[in-house]
Amino acid sequence: MFEYNSIADLLRLAQKNNTTIAQIVIKSEAEEYETTEALVTNKMQQRLDIFAASIKNGLDDEGLSTSGMVGTDAKKIEAMPPLILGNIAHRALLYALAVSEGNAKMHKIVACPTAGSCGIVPGAVFAVGEAKGADREKYSSAMFTAAGIGNIIAKNACVAGAVGGCQAECGTAAAMAAAAVVDILNGSNEQMVHAATLALKNVLGLVCDPVAELVEVPCVKRNGFHAVHALTAAEMAMAGVKSFIPPDEVITAMYEIGRLIPVSLRETSEGGLAKTPTAREKQAQLQNN
Amino acid sequence: MGIFDIIGPVMIGPSSSHTAGAARIGLLAHYILKEKPVQAAITFFGSFAKTYRGHGTDKAIIAGLLGYSADDPALREAFSLAKKANLTVSINTSENESNHPNTAQLQLVGCNGKKLDIVGISLGGGKVSISQINGFDCDVSGENYTLLSVYNDQSGVVSLVSSFIAEKNINISQMRVFRKGKHKQAVMIIETDGQIPNEIVDKISSLPIMHSVIAIDPL
Repeated sequence: MFEYNSIADLLRLAQKNNTTIAQIVIKSEAEEYETTEALVTNKMQQRLDIFAASIKNGLDDEGLSTSGMVGTDAKKIEAMPPLILGNIAHRALLYALAVSEGNAKMHKIVACPTAGSCGIVPGAVFAVGEAKGADREKYSSAMFTAAGIGNIIAKNACVAGAVGGCQAECGTAAAMAAAAVVDILNGSNEQMVHAATLALKNVLGLVCDPVAELVEVPCVKRNGFHAVHALTAAEMAMAGVKSFIPPDEVITAMYEIGRLIPVSLRETSEGGLAKTPTAREKQAQLQNN
Repeated sequence: MGIFDIIGPVMIGPSSSHTAGAARIGLLAHYILKEKPVQAAITFFGSFAKTYRGHGTDKAIIAGLLGYSADDPALREAFSLAKKANLTVSINTSENESNHPNTAQLQLVGCNGKKLDIVGISLGGGKVSISQINGFDCDVSGENYTLLSVYNDQSGVVSLVSSFIAEKNINISQMRVFRKGKHKQAVMIIETDGQIPNEIVDKISSLPIMHSVIAIDPL
C-alpha cells in the first residue's frame, strides 16, 4: 500500500521502502488507478515533451496576447545576457515567462498545477536540468516529486486562486518546482520537502487580483519571479536549511490563510491591482471593443 | 484527484475554466447534436460575457463544436475553421442573471435541419456540465461513458434500458432522470464504467417510445 495523504506519509513510505519520493508517487498512482508503473511513467514522459514544446512555442511567438497586455517579456530577457542573476536563474526566469506568455497567447500548455501558474515548474526544472545534464529519467523523477508535493497540497489545502489566492496557485507551483530541483540535484527526500516548504512559506498570503479578469497581469511576470524563487528555496535546502514549521503544518496554514483572504482578492478582480485606475481603464477598453 | 490532474490537464491556454472548459462544452454539444453544425448562435453570461475575448472562450466553443478537443492547437484558428466548414457563427452577450458565473447558451442547427438548444456551465479546472438540453434541466459532465436518452415518460422504461445494459455486464455508475412532468418528455442520463456497445445503443434506440439516444465517450 502506497497511499499518502501528507508529506509525513510520503517521507515515511519512502524511508520504509528505501526509495525516493518520486518512486512512491509512481507506485501510489499505479495502485490507485489500477494500472502499471510503466504506463504511469510513460504518461509523464509525454507531458515532459509537451513542457519542452511549450517553452519553445513561447519563445518563438513574438506577438502580444489578445488583450495586448503581455507577450514580449521573454524576448527582452532572452536578448540581454544576465547582469546579476546566474545563468541558471536567468534561464529559469526566461523559460517560465515564455511558457506563461504562451499560455496567454493560446498555445498548448500543461497546467501545473493550474494554467495561471503553468510556467513555474517547467521554467525551474528545465533550466536546472539543462545545466546539470539531466537525462530523461531524471526529468521524469523530478516531475513525479513535484506531482507528489502538489497532490498533497491539493488534498489538504487548495490549488485554485478562487479558493486560496495566488499563494495556492503560484505558491504551490513554486513548492513543487523547489522539490523537483532538489531531486535533479540528487538531494535527499528530506531536502526535497524542506525546499518545497520554504518556497511555500515565503509566499503565504499572496492574493489573486488579475487585471480585467485575465490570466496576464500580474500572473505572467509572477511566473518568472516564482521560478527563480523556487531555485532560492532549493539552494537553501541543499545547504541544509530546514523550515522551522514542519511541511504539513505550513500547508494547513496556507489553507487557513486562503480562507481568510477576502473574496475580492481571490480571482474575482474586485480588489487590489484589478481595481487600480489603470486596470479599470484597460478593462473598460477591452469590454467596449 | 490523481497526479495528472496536478501535472495537467494538457490544454490550450489561457484558462482552464474559460478556455479548456469552453472547448469541452462545445465538444459535448457537438456529440449531442450528432450532425455537422451549420449555424451556431452563442450567448455568453456572467464572467464569460465579460472576458470571453481575452480568454478565447468564443474560439474554444467553436472549435469544440467542430469536434476539436481542448488540447488541440486548432482552437486558435477556430473562426477560419468554422468558415471552411460552412458554420455560421454569431456571438452575443447577455446581462441577464444566470445560475452560474461561467455560462454559455448554444442554439444550434445541424446540416440535416436538427435544432438543439444547450446550456453549458464551466465549473473550474476544465470540468463542465451541460445543464440544459432543449429546455430540460440535466447534468452531463463528459467525464464518463454517458448514454443520453430522450423519451416519453412512462413506467418501466428505466428498468428496460438498464436491463439491456446489464446484459453486457456493464456497470452503471450514475443514473438520473429529468422530466417535464408525468407522461411528458423525459431525459435519462446513464453513466457507465465501460463503453456501451453500438448494438445495445441501437437496441435502446429502437424502442418505440424513444425520441433519440446518444452515446458519448469520456472527453
